[in-house]
Amino acid sequence: MEAFLDGWGLTLMVFLPLAGALLMMLIPRSHEETLKVYALVFSVAAAVMGILVMIWFDYGQAGELQFVVDRSWIDAINSRYIVGMDGISLPLVALTLLIVPLCVIYSWNHFPDPKNPKAFLILILILETGMVGTFVAQDLILFFVFFEVVLLPMYFMIGVWGGEERLYASIKFFLYTLFGSALMIISFVAVFFLAQDPSSGDALRTFDMRTLSSIGQAGMLGTAGLWIFAGMFVGFGIKVPMFPFHTWLPDAHTQAPTVGSVILAAILLKLGTYGFVRIALPILPEASEDWAPWIGLLAVIGIIYGAICCLAQTDMKRLIAFSSVAHMGFVMLGIATLTDFGINAAIFGMVAHGLITGMLFFLAGSVKERYHTMEIKRLGGILLQAPRLGWILGFTAMASLGLPGLAGFWGEFPAILSSWNPAAILPLETFRTYTIVAAVGTVLAAGYLLWLYQRTSFGRPTEEFATEQFRDVEAPEWVAWVPMLLLILALGVYPNLVFGVTDDAVTQIAAAFGG
Amino acid sequence: MIGVLARLAQDTGDGILVPAEPIQAGVTQIATPEIQWVALLPHLILVVGGILLLTIASLFRHRVPRWAYTIYTVAVAAGAIIAALPLWVRVQDAERGPFSAIAGALGVDGFSIFITVIICAGVILTALLADGYLKREGIDGPELFVLLLLAASGGTIMASANDLIVLFLGLEILSISVYVMAAMHARRFTSLEAGMKYFILGAFSSAFFLYGIALVYGASGSTNMIRINQYLASPTGVVLSENGLLLGGFALLLVGFGFKVAAVPFHAWAPDVYQGAPTPVTAFMASAVKAGGFAAMLRVFVLTFGTFSGDWQPVVFALAVLSLLVGSVLAIVQTNVKRMLAYSSIAHAGFILVGVEVATEQGTAAALFYLAAYTFMVVGSFAVITVVGRKGDGHHELSDYRGLARRQPVLAFVFTILLLAQAGVPFTAGFFAKFYVISAAVDAENYSLAIIAMVSAVIAAFLYLRIMISMYMSTDSEAVTGEPDRVPVPLAAGIALFVACVVTVVIGFVPGPITDLANDAVPFLVQVG
Repeated sequence: MEAFLDGWGLTLMVFLPLAGALLMMLIPRSHEETLKVYALVFSVAAAVMGILVMIWFDYGQAGELQFVVDRSWIDAINSRYIVGMDGISLPLVALTLLIVPLCVIYSWNHFPDPKNPKAFLILILILETGMVGTFVAQDLILFFVFFEVVLLPMYFMIGVWGGEERLYASIKFFLYTLFGSALMIISFVAVFFLAQDPSSGDALRTFDMRTLSSIGQAGMLGTAGLWIFAGMFVGFGIKVPMFPFHTWLPDAHTQAPTVGSVILAAILLKLGTYGFVRIALPILPEASEDWAPWIGLLAVIGIIYGAICCLAQTDMKRLIAFSSVAHMGFVMLGIATLTDFGINAAIFGMVAHGLITGMLFFLAGSVKERYHTMEIKRLGGILLQAPRLGWILGFTAMASLGLPGLAGFWGEFPAILSSWNPAAILPLETFRTYTIVAAVGTVLAAGYLLWLYQRTSFGRPTEEFATEQFRDVEAPEWVAWVPMLLLILALGVYPNLVFGVTDDAVTQIAAAFGG
Repeated sequence: MIGVLARLAQDTGDGILVPAEPIQAGVTQIATPEIQWVALLPHLILVVGGILLLTIASLFRHRVPRWAYTIYTVAVAAGAIIAALPLWVRVQDAERGPFSAIAGALGVDGFSIFITVIICAGVILTALLADGYLKREGIDGPELFVLLLLAASGGTIMASANDLIVLFLGLEILSISVYVMAAMHARRFTSLEAGMKYFILGAFSSAFFLYGIALVYGASGSTNMIRINQYLASPTGVVLSENGLLLGGFALLLVGFGFKVAAVPFHAWAPDVYQGAPTPVTAFMASAVKAGGFAAMLRVFVLTFGTFSGDWQPVVFALAVLSLLVGSVLAIVQTNVKRMLAYSSIAHAGFILVGVEVATEQGTAAALFYLAAYTFMVVGSFAVITVVGRKGDGHHELSDYRGLARRQPVLAFVFTILLLAQAGVPFTAGFFAKFYVISAAVDAENYSLAIIAMVSAVIAAFLYLRIMISMYMSTDSEAVTGEPDRVPVPLAAGIALFVACVVTVVIGFVPGPITDLANDAVPFLVQVG
């Protein structure tokens, strides 16, 4: 079994959904039930592969890449098919493999207009291949290809199944991200040509992230590294999204169908932060040190700006979208400290934000399906009309504002704490200022989330919905939500579930910064 | 002008213009060069194939069915490809290597064979496309196919020319055939207009080109690229460049090439001509004509004038940047799909110019890969436009594509793949085409050009999205209000589409083989003998 997993585990995990998508293309559109079952089977099969890989994963060696496959791919540019998983990839892969089947289940009877479940499910599966692939790729070109594969299905998902302004939102999403990718690929190519062997000074001409990281720690690439980092910074920063590149996010989220929003918030945004941790920091440590204070600055601006925007929103989905900007700010602040504590917190923050915000978007979708509006002032009294839905919303909002004992706390609190003591090379006073500002951000978070909960769930229903009867939480919703709710609780009570896995790998990255 | 002439006189006075070979007294017999027929075979197959078709068709005008013309053209082009294969094996053989034929008039190297194959592939796809088109438009006769083969021979001669005069002959064979092809749909006013416009401006640019050849000849004393190259590499050549004669030649040649490949600011004809010409002809212009033009440009500038790259690189840099930006920005504001793709092909020319500008072997290989990939993408795209254009070749507005995905999902899907390939999305040939060009630019430490190219690619992506939007994202209310019917896809056009699409995707997954071929197809200047 172990030999099989070593050779094929990750590859199957990545490409099973794509195989499913190809198979589904051959099935006529009218066989809806068959199509749904196939989509579920293939996403679950990928998850099963993932579980097997995680069972056989050697947690004592979580700092090392495991299940590595290294095959030739495009010889002409020395780009290879290299996949591997370590403690940083594992939680994010697990998150992806969990969320996608849940999305398939949730959509079972909830396909947004114009229906067409076949195309919708095929897009979800293609998305899954792209997302899982990005988290396991260990070659820059392979990483880039997976990173880009994600773009198109999401574009179509927003553009076809989205709300009123879907055209504008989908194009904005696509062009913004493509612009980032364009600069990113130039950075990758520049790394390819400039990387040198530290001992002999020979040009390396490789896209292998393992080799490049090991050289990076020897401090190569010099001042060109600053520009290369800038290219990657724009590419990843747009995806995160960091202030001031965030403007695509509220539009995309507001217009996307529920499942699209969930995948976007839970996983797509993590591709950017993961890129920082996996590529930008280890390959360009010197440039990271120079850029870190600026990243930290943009992160805290994002925290405060996102929170203030939340307070001004009148649309529930848009509010949750802006809260993503704020929460991803905490993640980026953790990364900017360049310490193992901060980066650990950042990865925890990614997982926690994925579960919690994903859950919030699920809930927003269900509210919209019942009330046909997202306007906060028209909602009210959900606790009276659909008590279970209201309670789950309350629970998730508490998790999101960082209540201790739930997952959100371990994403935010350590990130703030870590910025008090950043890596020794970074300016201490600057980062301590960031600490204080970020702490204010948590207060604002509590403010906008509680206010949202109060306005939508407390009190009596507004007049227009006063006499209507609403269904409470239904079976597919329970199936999709319970695992996420349990995980939010479990990670909150025992955060070592994630910290224990990530710590070894993160320590190696942070070692380059003396932390 | 007078100054130039004065300097010219001065140079001749100094006796720099030495005749290439001293004339021997008392020679009674004109020496005829040895002709290596094998080397000429691909060109000959195309030329003879074209003339033969013309003869047969005029003798048995009404007894030959139209599909026979198509099959014949495909067979001739395929024959030329097959004839080129042994040559490829020969030039790649380490011991024998590239060689020149007919007293150094033609060069046979991996580069010329690669371009020959690209052009022939373009001919095959265009012929398949033209079959259904001519039937639909009620244009009988073999003329289009004859001209197609002749134009192709012009292109292949341009790609292998080792002498500026031969190059000019190839250019004219290609251009004159295409002028007529553009005006082929004689009942459509716009087609005639396109032909006329293309002819007048084309003739103008040919004059520039010829004048450029004359100036280069004046400066270097030869039209043969090998001699020019040797002369420029020698110390005398460096001195000579300072008098402006050679630089004037460069400039005029660049104008000629810029026109042929539709680079900004010599692009003004392209949108009108692309829009007006019969759509299969547009496909041919965007693929094979461009391939021929770039092949000649690479041979002349990168190879022959390679030692003077510092002099022409800034100009090509400007051409590339302008083509990239103007092409993509103006493409966005169009509402006619054919015109959109015309502007987008200008942007693509900008990308290939990046490969020319870096003036390295990687740049040349990247440009070749781009041309190969682009040929399939663009012919495929114009194949869809041909089909959707309906009878009269006039339904090219963005609104004609509305709801195409609902009516004909397969056609829309194929078009989507081809458009994405043009946008440069991974897992399509377009991604690697752009990737290699960018790599070449970065390797030459030309970061600004790489960044401009990628930014313009993002701008251009918007244009392909616009077309996709009208195919996929139209509202249901529009479906009710008089939506056009399904369009028939003729068998031959279907085959062309299938081939274009499959090649685009396969190269996207496995770019290795084409990359290796492009890397092996480096041009050489080979001595006579």
